[in-house]
Amino acid sequence: MAGLIIAESAIFTIFVVAYLFYLGKSITGPTPSEVLETPILYTICLLSSSLTIHLAAKSLERNYIRLFLGFWLLTIALGGLFLYGTAQEWHRLIYEHGLTISTNLFGTTYYSLVGLHGFHVTAGLIMLVIVALLGLSGRVGVKQSGRVAVLSMYWHFVDAVWVVVFTVVYVLGR
Amino acid sequence: MASDAITVPVGQIKARPWVDELHQWLTTVDHKRLGILYIVSSLLFLGFGGVEALVIRIQLMHSHNNFVSPEVFNRMFTMHGTTMIFFVAMPILFGFANYLVPLMIGARDMAFPRLNAFSFWLSFLGGLLLYFSFLGGSGLYGAGSAPDVGWWSYAPLGARAFSPGHSSDYWTLALLVSGFGSIGTAINIIATILCLRCPGMKINRMPLLVWMNLVMAGMVLLAITPLSAAQIMLLIDRYLGGHFFDTQAGGSAVLWMHFFWIFGHPEVYVLIIPCFAFMSEIIPVFSRKPIFGYPVMVAATVCIAFVSMSVWAHHMFTIGMNSYANSFFTLTTMAVGVPTGIKIFNWIGTMWGGRIQFKTPMLFSIAFLFQFLIAGLTGIMMAASPFDWQLSLSYFVVAHFHYVIVGGILFALFAAFYYWYPKMTGRMLSERLGKWHFWLFLIGFHLTFDVMHVPGVLGMPRRIYTYEPGRGWDTLNLIISIGAFIQALAILVFVANLVISYFQGARAGNDPWDAWTLEWSTSSPPPAYNFATVPTVASRRPLWDRKHPEDPDSRYE
Repeated sequence: MAGLIIAESAIFTIFVVAYLFYLGKSITGPTPSEVLETPILYTICLLSSSLTIHLAAKSLERNYIRLFLGFWLLTIALGGLFLYGTAQEWHRLIYEHGLTISTNLFGTTYYSLVGLHGFHVTAGLIMLVIVALLGLSGRVGVKQSGRVAVLSMYWHFVDAVWVVVFTVVYVLGR
Repeated sequence: MASDAITVPVGQIKARPWVDELHQWLTTVDHKRLGILYIVSSLLFLGFGGVEALVIRIQLMHSHNNFVSPEVFNRMFTMHGTTMIFFVAMPILFGFANYLVPLMIGARDMAFPRLNAFSFWLSFLGGLLLYFSFLGGSGLYGAGSAPDVGWWSYAPLGARAFSPGHSSDYWTLALLVSGFGSIGTAINIIATILCLRCPGMKINRMPLLVWMNLVMAGMVLLAITPLSAAQIMLLIDRYLGGHFFDTQAGGSAVLWMHFFWIFGHPEVYVLIIPCFAFMSEIIPVFSRKPIFGYPVMVAATVCIAFVSMSVWAHHMFTIGMNSYANSFFTLTTMAVGVPTGIKIFNWIGTMWGGRIQFKTPMLFSIAFLFQFLIAGLTGIMMAASPFDWQLSLSYFVVAHFHYVIVGGILFALFAAFYYWYPKMTGRMLSERLGKWHFWLFLIGFHLTFDVMHVPGVLGMPRRIYTYEPGRGWDTLNLIISIGAFIQALAILVFVANLVISYFQGARAGNDPWDAWTLEWSTSSPPPAYNFATVPTVASRRPLWDRKHPEDPDSRYE
């Protein structure tokens, strides 16, 4: 998983570089400062999900299955909320501001960077849900805690990437 | 010496119907079978890529030749480059890594056998996807079949407007898919080496082949991924109307070049480092001496990996970067020469004073040393940016990188084939055919690629489908083409050797070369479980210790 994370980091680096390289190079509007709003609430959701998944993995190690399931489902809920936030933002951008991936360079780089991250959140959520279903049917125990720890590593990575994306897109990019 | 394999009484082995056999090969997760699948499929693509090279050479044999149309010529050089790098060199090296790494560290299999199988099929089907473009590429547009925009697919050539139809899509998707396969294999190699070493195999006792494959796998993670990212961007441009590389909307064609070469240059080292690995195993065994300067070799490899990550823009001197960038990339590029030089000295130091046995693997290894040195020297020439301005995009560059890839990588691969074929099949390759193969290929190689430098200096640009008579290029090109056919002949000898020896070669036994690494302690070919008992290791040459208990290496390390 560490290897995968290194590889994924390189992919994200390239997209971040492209985003930074093309900042302010768009020939037509809308520009980031006109349309972007900082999604503070949803960012808090995603970042706190890192904490809950950590607590879940720890509880599983100590064999507190119910506690594990509780934190695990909370993580899924927080991740889902974040995705909902992204969806809302995209909806607003597309229907109110008419910004799509082919509108201008900002649209191209913004949707691909945030979309790539969203794709990773989605993939992570699918894996989390699978574990949750297995857990609810009573098939996750201490024996699986190693695998759950690996999955939580992936989730931490997705969160860390969001910190970078957030900084680049919503702080530096405006 | 006792074999490490469990012997099965003859009566218990039943011949299986071929459908069963095929089913086993298709569904296998055994690292040895996957290694062989990698190697065999790469040889298949080597055939395709070789035929494309021959078409190019026939077309250029004399001026105003009409053997193929300009469009077909473009497809040929694009497909030749793409095939040789992505579907021959990479997978064949992965194949050897797959086969050898677990055996050398005394493991039963790779860390993730199913991921291993998945990665192989991704790579292989990626290759088939690329070649399917000959049939499906024209799509509804009737606009050309196979990709024809060069293996760099420079923007804006790769954009919809300049590459209508689906040819570039096949190129992009094939590379994306096989790239994911490569990442999977790299992760697998790293996890295997870090987690599955047998007792006593400390990290500073690993065979150099294992070390170098570890470094190579780390580089794959950092080098292939930028290409995957760039391919995703290109797909967004082509299908979703994005503007990453669309200069009319403010996008940048130069950015594509940067992304491509951030992949492209480390890729050269991803390919050459496993070849260094072969050299570091083969040269000591045939010099009858342990490798000279083991820790320095490791350090040099890691150093090359680091430095090679910061040299990519030396492919782009002619696009007009500022003088700071030019100087930086000139300096870093020349700096790579230092650790590489250390390696060459170490191999020579290994041979120095040894009792050298001139078997076929050693012949290829010695040729590798000379040719790789010359390739490095022209590399240093090209690294000087003013020199590069004069000769970039000429046949001099083509000669330079073919010297690396054919003279270096392919020669090292042939050495590896002759060295490990007995382990993989249980039969020796014929020395007589091997010598024929070596000398024919050596003559053909030098005829082609030594001479190819000259038209480059005379100003012949690369990727032209024909040229005017009377520029002094005709005779040279004829010689180059003749050399190419001699090489093709040598490859036929090689394939004949592979096939004939498989059925009629002398039995190899466990350890035909009197070698020192763990793979030679088990039977040839190794059983599915590799080692009946988990080996323990006390030095860098475990088999030496076992053969010479009175004077083991472990006493000196």
